[in-house]
Amino acid sequence: MSAVIDTHGHGHAAEHGDHAHPPSGLMRWVTTTNHKDIGTMYLWFAFTMLLIGGVLALTIRAELFEPGLQIVTPEFFNQLTTMHGLIMVFGAIMPAFVGFANWQIPMMIGAPDMAFARMNNWSFWLLPVAGSLLIASFFVPGGAPAAGWTMYAPLSIQMGPGMDLSIFALHIMGASSIMGSINIITTILNMRAPGMTLMKMPMFVWTWLITAYLLIAVMPVLAGAITMTLTDRHFGTSFFNAAGGGDPVMFQHIFWFFGHPEVYIMILPAFGIISQVIPAFARKPLFGYASMVYATSSIAILSFIVWAHHMFTVGLPTAGLLFFMYSTMLIAVPTGVKVFNWLATMWRGSMTFETPMLFAVGFLFVFTMGGFTGLMLAIMPVDVQLQDTYYVVAHFHYVLVAGSLFAIFAGTYFWIPKWTGRMYDETLGKWHFWLSIVFFNITFFPMHFLGLAGMPRRVPDYASQFTNFNQISSVGAFGFGLSQLLFLYIVLKCSVFGKGEKAPARPWEGADTLEWTHLPSPAPYHSFHEQPEVK
Amino acid sequence: MNSNLGRLTGLTGGLMLALYTGLASAAYRVNFQPPVTRIAGEIYNLHMLMMYVILVIFCIVFGVMFYSIYAHRKSVGHKAAQFHENTTVEIIWTVIPFLILIGIAWPATKTVIDFKDTSNPDITIEATGYQWKWGYDYLKGEGKGISFLSTLTTPQDQIHNLEPKDKHYLLEVDNPMVVPVGKKVRVLTTAEDVIHSFWVPAFGIKQDAFPGFVRDTWFRADKEGTYRGQCAELCGKNHGFMPIVVKVVSQEEYTQWVAEQKKKASALAEDPNKQWTLADLQARGAKVYAANCAACHQATGKGLPPTFPALDGSKIATGDKAAHINRVLNGKPGTAMVAFGKQLSDTDIAAVITYERNAWGNKTGDMVQPAEVKAARK
Repeated sequence: MSAVIDTHGHGHAAEHGDHAHPPSGLMRWVTTTNHKDIGTMYLWFAFTMLLIGGVLALTIRAELFEPGLQIVTPEFFNQLTTMHGLIMVFGAIMPAFVGFANWQIPMMIGAPDMAFARMNNWSFWLLPVAGSLLIASFFVPGGAPAAGWTMYAPLSIQMGPGMDLSIFALHIMGASSIMGSINIITTILNMRAPGMTLMKMPMFVWTWLITAYLLIAVMPVLAGAITMTLTDRHFGTSFFNAAGGGDPVMFQHIFWFFGHPEVYIMILPAFGIISQVIPAFARKPLFGYASMVYATSSIAILSFIVWAHHMFTVGLPTAGLLFFMYSTMLIAVPTGVKVFNWLATMWRGSMTFETPMLFAVGFLFVFTMGGFTGLMLAIMPVDVQLQDTYYVVAHFHYVLVAGSLFAIFAGTYFWIPKWTGRMYDETLGKWHFWLSIVFFNITFFPMHFLGLAGMPRRVPDYASQFTNFNQISSVGAFGFGLSQLLFLYIVLKCSVFGKGEKAPARPWEGADTLEWTHLPSPAPYHSFHEQPEVK
Repeated sequence: MNSNLGRLTGLTGGLMLALYTGLASAAYRVNFQPPVTRIAGEIYNLHMLMMYVILVIFCIVFGVMFYSIYAHRKSVGHKAAQFHENTTVEIIWTVIPFLILIGIAWPATKTVIDFKDTSNPDITIEATGYQWKWGYDYLKGEGKGISFLSTLTTPQDQIHNLEPKDKHYLLEVDNPMVVPVGKKVRVLTTAEDVIHSFWVPAFGIKQDAFPGFVRDTWFRADKEGTYRGQCAELCGKNHGFMPIVVKVVSQEEYTQWVAEQKKKASALAEDPNKQWTLADLQARGAKVYAANCAACHQATGKGLPPTFPALDGSKIATGDKAAHINRVLNGKPGTAMVAFGKQLSDTDIAAVITYERNAWGNKTGDMVQPAEVKAARK
């Protein structure tokens, strides 16, 4: 994915910049203010964290292969589930989408770079620091936090110093996200090519604009929640301690006021990618562009008034339960609109199924199943049975892995010719898709049954009747995990090794955004010195 | 259970076959446990209703998608149409899902209201979550005053795969909650240390238990039997090892059980002024330690620092007796060390302190008598 090392782009006609040559070697990456370099670093960082989080997940699945304790102790098991969640959410999925934003937003709106190039460098380089703190928590006395990625008080108060490291890591990641969002919003609102009105922006840009606002709204809320945890731990406050007049439920309210918009932060950019890929391979414009914009905005707004559906079992009053049940059900409407619009885009198109399209269709199919289970969980009485069971684990992996991660794959295959100037290996890409979708379902589909039958989540050991489905799930997980090495190989091949067929400027017949129509492949190091006109 | 068979089928990849042949058995349960309360039945039906709705939508949506994938391919020569907007269909596919949602919300709302109606119970039981066991106090109705702790009985050897696992592996306790059939039981939940959650799937109830707050839920079991659930909120390292077992018995059996409990309670009431010998205290203390302390401080007394400190050689366990009594009685706020004063009798606390002061390397030779503990309670 490297922006390929070349400043060869300087030779290109559009590149008569008077820029000094950037430093070479490591310092190039440390000091870069180039949106493509920074995007590349975000993506590699995210992939590294994905592999680390994946190893944690596979350890979990290995322990759960049969009842009894085999591989890890219960306290370490809880550290694994906690860190798997934190690493995947804050280390893998969110930075990956910011990487896409960095690479694509300037190219898609015809801007030369991000608005705040130096801040862009800073917001990336905060991440490795935060990631190291997070991982370092495994090696301090008492180990990593083991209170779940939700860090519910008062369990989080009991943790060792690993909890403090993670709190600082999240603070830093939050700061990084907020800076990234300010940058994205400023870029989108101020640097669009002449003629590109808001309602002419590519859908990916729209979804990121909305996502950036969500991030700015809720990351400070998370920072507040974890700061209160920190002061409860060390400075004698009692925000979440009943004995001092506090309330542990308040933590959950604050956390989920962040946490639910966070869910959409992780899925809206995915919607954006899918909305670019499907029209390109259906060779047909996105159906219902305006309604897609309105649906995305409605989802974002609704995301602020549904948080307590994560808390249906805390003992809310009847009126509260009904309010949050109804508001949550409402989300199905705009989400449905998006799915129907994608279908209508495919309908009577002239479709081909290269790897990006396979992942997009796979996304549509599997994400929608996650949407269905989401609807099931919105029904408060049903949720009472399913809360904190494997059904919930299945649900959010259907939307986060088959949703966000598959969209990230679709986007990578879609844009990698533009990023590296090389076509990826189509055969291997297809293998990657089929292995991923088959093993994904083997891993996570049986979890629905486990949850329905009554297996709680976050347990290192389980009653014998849950054995069979757990074994199926563990086998699937190893298959899924290993399949991702194929992805690593495919990406390395066309980026770092620079192998593979040379990519034309516009390898996808139906792709019509500025990066395809106005820039060569690979995109030059500095693109759009002169703004293109959009008619 | 047939874990070898399961492992084999799982591994050989005959997954679909395994699914197909196994659907009938409990090992492949694909739906809720059979409901034994009206609420659980309503939840079961709501889930089924939703499944039918979802299946219909699934078939329509993906029928359209796969037909389109089949028919509208470039490779079969399909030319792309260029339509990209239609306000009418947008309105249709906004309004229809909305109407379906209203159809689902109606029965769901009725169940929510029913679910929350904890009024007029026959019996009220308080369930207290501890790290990592449950305590049940019968507060009102027949059986008032009964109080006991309910701890996992699955032996460590089974958990560590040294012995074959029982039928109810991890779902068995020493003292189950006992309730009469057909009576409305209100369960108050609270917790001593962190958040726990009281969950019995067959009853359709799950209620989080918060330290310092009381919440409530209710059930009326229609069928006698033993029903098993688990703590459903991550509560620390032994979260997976604090099951809930409820025995639903006939009215006569319940009355008899209440009488037995009362008799046992009076027999157990010990004279707090009795003077114990060191050996007796140590023997009893060892048992109390195994049941209450070993999960954190470990049987070796080495603990799991820093969260669970060692007792072997610790300042408190080898220093001033009064400080030791105070720590066990009142716990240490802000840590996992809870106040055992509420859970254990004077004799048990005296015994366990004596044990701790003489076990491992702690050869203090100290003895704590129940009377000293009693005096230390305010």
